[in-house]
Amino acid sequence: MTSPETVTDTRVETTGDELLVVENLTKHFPVTRGIVFQKQIAAVKAVDGISFALHEGETLGIVGESGCGKSTLVRCILKLLQPTSGRIIFEGQDITGLSRRQMRPLRRNMMMVFQDPYASLNARKRVGFIIGESLELHGIGNADDRKRRVQELLEVVGLNPEHYNRFPHEFSGGQRQRIGVARALAVNPKLIFLDEPVSALDVSVQAQILNLLKDLQKEFGLTYVFIAHDLNVVRHISDRVMVMYLGKAAEVAGRDELYVAPKHPYTGALLSAVPVPNPDIGRSRRPIVLEGDVPNPINPPDACNFHPRCPRFHEGRCDVETPSLREIGRRHIVACHYPLERWPMTAQEMAQTTGA
Amino acid sequence: MAPLLEVRDLRTQFHTDDGTVQAVDSVSFTVDKGQVLGIVGESGCGKSVTCLTIMGLNDPRLSMSSGEVLYKGENLLTASSRRLREIRGAEIAMIFQDPMTSLNPVHSIGRQLAEAVLLHKDSSKKEARARALEMLEAVKIPRADRRIDDYPHQFSGGMRQRVMIAMALINNPDIVIADEPTTALDVTTQAQILLLLKELQRDFGSAIIMITHDLGVVAETADDVLVMYSARIVERGATDSIFKQPRHPYTWGLMGSLPRLDVNVDRLVQIPGQPPSLLRPPPGCRFHPRCPYAMTVCHEKEPPSVAVPGDPEHEDACHLDAAAKQREARQLLGAIYETEAAR
Repeated sequence: MTSPETVTDTRVETTGDELLVVENLTKHFPVTRGIVFQKQIAAVKAVDGISFALHEGETLGIVGESGCGKSTLVRCILKLLQPTSGRIIFEGQDITGLSRRQMRPLRRNMMMVFQDPYASLNARKRVGFIIGESLELHGIGNADDRKRRVQELLEVVGLNPEHYNRFPHEFSGGQRQRIGVARALAVNPKLIFLDEPVSALDVSVQAQILNLLKDLQKEFGLTYVFIAHDLNVVRHISDRVMVMYLGKAAEVAGRDELYVAPKHPYTGALLSAVPVPNPDIGRSRRPIVLEGDVPNPINPPDACNFHPRCPRFHEGRCDVETPSLREIGRRHIVACHYPLERWPMTAQEMAQTTGA
Repeated sequence: MAPLLEVRDLRTQFHTDDGTVQAVDSVSFTVDKGQVLGIVGESGCGKSVTCLTIMGLNDPRLSMSSGEVLYKGENLLTASSRRLREIRGAEIAMIFQDPMTSLNPVHSIGRQLAEAVLLHKDSSKKEARARALEMLEAVKIPRADRRIDDYPHQFSGGMRQRVMIAMALINNPDIVIADEPTTALDVTTQAQILLLLKELQRDFGSAIIMITHDLGVVAETADDVLVMYSARIVERGATDSIFKQPRHPYTWGLMGSLPRLDVNVDRLVQIPGQPPSLLRPPPGCRFHPRCPYAMTVCHEKEPPSVAVPGDPEHEDACHLDAAAKQREARQLLGAIYETEAAR
């Protein structure tokens, strides 16, 4: 018997009360050659078989290094990109094949906050318009109602409602990100995708936005999918965390479980690489240094895509057989033939226990 | 022994259309041989401008600097541009934040590295190339002999940053200024680069001025720390005492606002508001509009930098009395102190 959230390679067992179910989602971008007669010569497997289920009120954190496909994943779920294969089920409805027009009424339930607060707000529109535009598009209320709602939203995110008529350039980075959050909240969505919402901000402002997001979640019962490359930030905000590597999920687990007892060597390497703001621990820290860089996603390594960099690499298995995602603990799923027995571990210890 | 670099009462102003911006305001510090000094602060606090001023890289038509930057007793602020060119790259080198834009895209890596040698040393092209290769190997670029003729776009971000480090160290400089050297990199790459910097610093014995906004990076690499806020130094001291007994409310805010792996908190400590504009900085203590402990005196009088009793190296500029500081820091950063104590 597996728990409802179990993710396996091809399907997600669901109970039907999930807000969002993603099944074996893939997105391949064709690589073509030729100008007139274009011929596909390869594909970038940006997202390669991702599955997860999300309950209402939950926060799923997605971590991974640049180029691992985390942003593409979110764009596929929102249908901003058409996925190559797989299924997306939102509130029990399969939305994978819906056209843009069919998607439109559903969009008010899924909103997005973007990374760059400078590029994601139209510089020529007033803040009131930017936040209220989605209300107008969905035909909610009349002009007076909308203005009231926008002013209410400005207050909710900690801005002055009188700034309704200002332009984005009159605000600082943190304030702009608040505007981005207000815009996402305008139509009362159930699910908000946050794509690196704080990585462009200074630490003190970052803390303000993280606290705001937590408060809003409590107040409005929001569900978040939170993408970031900063493991500290993801740990702070998430209930469950998915670690992605080259388009695939390496490990999915509850927040505490993942950070205390990671099972995938890549998760271990990521955790060991985070600088600790404590000189006693920090100076003696021995990060697990991965060899080389993230491989080219056009031609990813065979079998386990992490094997060329893995300190636990086991010849004859890791480069031959693709590890499937399997359950290793309560709601803890990992794709590795040789999951870590304990934590913390050094690279040498990881390598030594490989054969055991 | 005189310090390698002594900065005394450095002030840098920029003239803009809106008025004069005081980007660095009475900043003083020293750097000894082999020392790693961390400068932390948020964007716009003046940490980068301080270093650009030391290097003489500000546009002289738009900026004005006063004070003294004594490098081995020689004042760099009054040095000729010819003399500065001799020093830059040879004795004081800089690693910039963005390796994508700091390398010239139309020249090969080998040529750019060799140029750094040829500019400063009387060596042949062949020797310069050999030296470039040696440095690429020192920064652990795989198959350096084959990659030396590659162009920057053929390298990944982490590899480009290694090339930047190789270029900075190629003439064995006494001081390396690293301006956010790992900010643009992924966490595993950051770990590689920090490790590399530590190793090279040990092998080459250069002093490093490490500018960063990441307290984690400072804790791991620096011997001493300067905390800057709004163009001024608000706290300074040995890394250990800054992290164990932070004295300035801004430092508390910085520490508390950082989500971290080793401490569990439900809510982060939040510094309200935004850093002030340097065009019209607030009177008195510059932090007072954002400071929850601000008193009347904070609005009126700039706090002097005072040494912590029992720790003369550790100074902070705040009007709060010592007992209050200890109490409030403990209360605000409770979770961090408890985790410390539990260890």
